[in-house]
Amino acid sequence: MLPHPFTVERVRRETHDTFTLELKGTNGIGGFSFAPGQFNMLYRFGTGEVPISISGDPERSDTLVHTIRAVGTVTESMERLKKGDIIGVRGPFGRGWPVLEARGCDVLIVAGGIGLAPLRPVMYRLLSRREQYGKIAILYGTRTPSDILYSKELEQWRSRFDLQVRVTVDRGEKDWKGHIGVVTTLIPRASFDPHEAVAMICGPEVMMRFTIRELEKRGVRRSNIHVSMERNMKCGIGFCGHCQYGPTFVCKDGPVFPYEKIEHIFRIREI
Amino acid sequence: MKPFFIIHRNSLDSLFGALVGRNFTLVGPTLRDRAVAYSEIATVNDLPFGWTDEQDGGTYRLKKSDRQTLFDYAAGPHSWKKFLFPPALQLWEAERQIGPHEASPEYPPSHEGRGEQPRYAMIGVRSCDLHAIAVQDKVFAEGSHRDPTYEARRKNLFIVAVNCSHGGGTCFCRSMNTGPRATSGFDLALTEILEADRHVFLAESGSDRGAQVLREVTQEEAQESDIRAAERITADASVPMGRLMDTTDIRGLLYNNYDHPRWDHAAARCLACGNCTIVCPTCFCNTVEDFTDLAGTRAERRRRWDVCFAVDFSYIHGGSVRSTIRSRYRQWLTHKVATWIDQFGTSGCVGCGRCITWCPVGIDITEEVREIRANRPDDRKTLSEVGHAHT
Ligand SMILES: Cc1cc2nc3c(=O)[nH]c(=O)nc-3n(C[C@H](O)[C@H](O)[C@H](O)COP(=O)(O)OP(=O)(O)OC[C@H]3O[C@@H](n4cnc5c(N)ncnc54)[C@H](O)[C@@H]3O)c2cc1C
Ligand code: SF4
Ligand code: SF4
Ligand code: FES
Repeated sequence: MLPHPFTVERVRRETHDTFTLELKGTNGIGGFSFAPGQFNMLYRFGTGEVPISISGDPERSDTLVHTIRAVGTVTESMERLKKGDIIGVRGPFGRGWPVLEARGCDVLIVAGGIGLAPLRPVMYRLLSRREQYGKIAILYGTRTPSDILYSKELEQWRSRFDLQVRVTVDRGEKDWKGHIGVVTTLIPRASFDPHEAVAMICGPEVMMRFTIRELEKRGVRRSNIHVSMERNMKCGIGFCGHCQYGPTFVCKDGPVFPYEKIEHIFRIREI
Repeated sequence: MKPFFIIHRNSLDSLFGALVGRNFTLVGPTLRDRAVAYSEIATVNDLPFGWTDEQDGGTYRLKKSDRQTLFDYAAGPHSWKKFLFPPALQLWEAERQIGPHEASPEYPPSHEGRGEQPRYAMIGVRSCDLHAIAVQDKVFAEGSHRDPTYEARRKNLFIVAVNCSHGGGTCFCRSMNTGPRATSGFDLALTEILEADRHVFLAESGSDRGAQVLREVTQEEAQESDIRAAERITADASVPMGRLMDTTDIRGLLYNNYDHPRWDHAAARCLACGNCTIVCPTCFCNTVEDFTDLAGTRAERRRRWDVCFAVDFSYIHGGSVRSTIRSRYRQWLTHKVATWIDQFGTSGCVGCGRCITWCPVGIDITEEVREIRANRPDDRKTLSEVGHAHT
C-alpha cells in the first residue's frame, strides 16, 4: 500500500514536545472519513513511517488532524514540518472506540499523556450528539502542568455544565492549583452510574491496569471497559507480524479492544 | 478414480521442457554447501541424484546413497517461501520534486509491485511444504489486504509435488496432518519408484493445467501394480517419522501456561539467532526500511524478512515489549502452534522439522510442547523441581 501525499496546512504547538498537524489531501484526494480511535501510518520522506492516531473531528472530514509527541527519529523529523510540506498517509486503520454502542449510557474517558489524542475525536462526537449520552466525565493525567495537551479545549469543556472535566498532574509547578496525583485518584470523584457507564481508556499500560482495577472497584462492568493498546507497527494491515498481542493483531483487531476480549492476557508480562 | 500415468526417469526432462516451453523458470532441489537447497535448475542432471540425508536436533548430514534416486531426502534448510515472499524486496520508490520553494512538494511514490513477476515452476515440493504455501496464502493473499508481489507470483506458480519416500529425522507431518502424501494444492504430483529393472514416476494431476502438461509428456497409463507400489512407498515414509507432536487442545495448553517454568529452560539455551524463523516455511514476519539517496531527492522503501527473536522487533518508545529471550521464544512457539489458529484458522506449524534441524543448540519444538504438556500446573511441585534442576 502506497502512502498518499498530504499537504501540511497548519502546525500547532501543543506543549514543549507535542504538536498538531492539520493536513489536506493533494492530487484530488478529498475527504478523509474515519472512526474515532482509528490511526494512520504517517510517512516522512525517506525517514520512516509510524502509527499515529487521528485526533481531529470525525465530522470534519475535509481536514486530517494528528497530534504527535516527538520521541524519536521519525516523530522528531515530523516536528520540523512546516506549512506547505508534504507528508505521506496510509489509512485509516484499526477498530475504534464504541461511540455508537455507548449511546444511552454514561461515558467515562480516562486518558494519560498523549493518550488524550485518540480520545479527542470521541469527545467531538459525544458533544455533537450530546443528547444521545448520559453523564460524561473526562479524567486526564499527565506529568506536569506544562504537559497538558489541548489545554484551551479542556478549559472550554470544563466551563460547560453538562461535562465533568478533571485534570491531574504527577508533579505540580509553582502556580498549579489543581489536583496532584495519578489519574486513578480522580475516579472516585467522578459522577456516573457504574452499572451503565462505558469507560474508554488510553495511556501507558500500567496506567490502564490501575484504572481498570479502580473501575472494577466502583462496579463498572468489564464488558463496558475499552482500552487502546500500543505495539510496534510496520504495516498497519495485518502482515508484518510486529503488532501481535497474544492471538490478536493490534493494527486490525485493535487498537481499541473491549477489555473482556484481552483480559486473559492483559496482565501477562512481555506478551 | 483419477487416472495415474507413468513418467520414465529418462523422460523427466521432457516434463521440464514442457514447463520451460510455457515460460516457467524451474526451481528445484540442488546440492549447495553440503545441503539440499532450492534454486534454479535446467535439467534433471541438476537434481541431487543418489543422495539422502540424516537429520536430528541441530544436525544435518548429506549421505551418498547406494540407490540412484532423485528425491530420497527430506526438507533442506531452504524453504520455498523465498520464491513467493522474497527475503528482500523494494516496495516502491519516490522522487522529491526540486521546486522553486524551499519546502518543495514530493512526488507520490511511483509504483507498487511494479514489473513482471517471475513465473516459477517448483519441482519437488513435499506435502508439508504444500501446506506451508497454503498457510502463507492465508497471510498474503486471502486476508483483507493482499500483497501484490505475493499474489502475482502465486498466480503464476506451477507446482510439481513429490511424495515423500523418506521420513526425515526431525519431521512430524503425520502429527500435523500435513503429509507425507500430497493430497491437494499441486498441479502435478509424482511418486518416485525405483525397482531392480526400472526407475519411473507415478504421476497424477491436481489441476487442468497439470493434466494438460501431463498429456504432453506421457500417454502411458499406470498399472494397478504401479499404484500399489507408490502407496507402499508413501506409507513406508510415514513409519520412521523422526518426531511426534500431540496437538490435542494445543491452544488451551499454551494459553494456560504462559508462566510455565519450561520457558526458562528453553531461554537458557536459545541464542536468539532466529535460524528457526528463517528456515520455517510459514514464518511471515517482515519489516520495512526507508532510505534516501545522498541528495535526499529519491526515496525508497524496502521490505525484508524479520525475526521475532530480535530485541527491536517489539520496540516501542520506552523499551522493547519482549526484552527477555524467554518471552521471545514463548512468542515464537505460541504463535506457531496456537495463536496462529486464532489468526488464520490453521496451525502455523506444518511439521517439516526444519527449525529442529537448524537450531544450533537443537531446541526442539515437539519436545518443548511435550514438556509443557507433561508438567501441567496441577503438579506444580514436580514442576518447580524440574525448573530448578535446569537453571
Ligand atoms: C495505534 C497507535 C497509535 C498511536 N498514536 C499516537 C499519537 O496519536 N501520537 C503520538 O505521538 N504517538 C502515537 N503512537 C506512538 C508512535 O507511533 C511512536 O511514538 C512512534 O512510532 C515513535 O517513532 P520514532 O521513530 O519517532 O521513535 P523511535 O524511538 O526512533 O522508534 C523507532 C521505531 O520503533 C517503532 N516504535 C517506536 N515507538 C513506538 C510506539 N510507541 N508504538 C509503535 N511503534 C513504535 C517505530 O517503528 C519507529 O519507527 C501511536 C502508536 C500506536 C501503535
Ligand atoms: S515451526 Fe518448525 S516444524 Fe513447524 S513448520 Fe516451522 S520450521 Fe517446520
Ligand atoms: S530456538 Fe534455536 S534456532 Fe530459534 S532463535 Fe533460539 S537458538 Fe536460534
Ligand atoms: S502492524 Fe503489521 S501486522 Fe499489525
